[in-house]
Amino acid sequence: MNKTTGMTSIVKNTARLVSGFIAVFGIYIAATGHLSPGGGFAGGVILAAAAALVVLAFGRGFTERVLGETECHVWDAAGAMAFLAVALCGYFGGAFFAHFFALGTVHELRSGGAIPLSNLAILVKVGAGLAGAFLALSAYRLAKPGQEA
Amino acid sequence: MGIEWLILVLIAFMLLAALIAVEARDLLSSVIAVGAAGFALSVIDLLVGAPDLAITQVVVEVIALVLLIRVVLTRRDTSSTAPRDVLRTGAILFAAGLILVGTFLAVRPGKGTIPPFGKPVLAGTEPGVSKDYLNNAATETGAANVVTAVLLDYRAYDTLGEATVIFVSILGVYAILRKVGRKRADAPNGGEEAA
Repeated sequence: MNKTTGMTSIVKNTARLVSGFIAVFGIYIAATGHLSPGGGFAGGVILAAAAALVVLAFGRGFTERVLGETECHVWDAAGAMAFLAVALCGYFGGAFFAHFFALGTVHELRSGGAIPLSNLAILVKVGAGLAGAFLALSAYRLAKPGQEA
Repeated sequence: MGIEWLILVLIAFMLLAALIAVEARDLLSSVIAVGAAGFALSVIDLLVGAPDLAITQVVVEVIALVLLIRVVLTRRDTSSTAPRDVLRTGAILFAAGLILVGTFLAVRPGKGTIPPFGKPVLAGTEPGVSKDYLNNAATETGAANVVTAVLLDYRAYDTLGEATVIFVSILGVYAILRKVGRKRADAPNGGEEAA
């Protein structure tokens, strides 16, 4: 690990342990959005919070090697396009945003027709977008003259 | 009703936090006061039975607070907040409150156009669209969570618009911040020649 950037090793080890669980929890919140409270937006923000934890603990240089700003923007756009693609698939199957396959049994994970797909698209879109915004704000901080992290 | 009194106390707390956020000299105090108001709002969401909204509110509040504190702590700039005239702000707020109370008394809840608290207008009318949602959401969309069914099926256009708004705003963040960052990084004179 790079010892020069980021916070102390206590914070780094805690972040290393916890950030994966936070990310998985965000995905869980989005994937079960049609069954329990939550959804794509809340899950995406939790995912971005995991990324923000990594940025705060390890510094921007380490995070850039794993997840750069450009990747964030690409995933952001890909999530938005995926959401639109779900809507368009419904359009070719009847109407805009219509469910283009069977609804499934209520209270099961595979239910709700196209709703889980939309939730996952929004998860990718919001998570990558907010993580990228956080990285961009970190860049702004590092670029200020006379301020070294 | 106990819950309504609790909500009133929380609203008073939010008003106090908002006043502190406006009036505080220190930028960090303002940010923390805004965060306190947001968390009180999430507790209100939980009390009135909107767990979806409460989850989103808490999560957004946490990440916004972390982000704002990080920005404020690195740019500890107390000179930009000029001292305000407390009396003038109070007078303006008092006048706005008087207008609000007058409007509230003019359109009495339950008597006129505004429905009473806890009885939204969509639930009252007989062909009731919200009753329709509650009765048919599971069979029509297959989703057990009615809020998600409304967001991503009945009102999916609305959600698509929201996603577009978030996309464009994050695009704006990139555009503004990247420009400053590159100028500052490339040109040592600070990039004031941009016109």
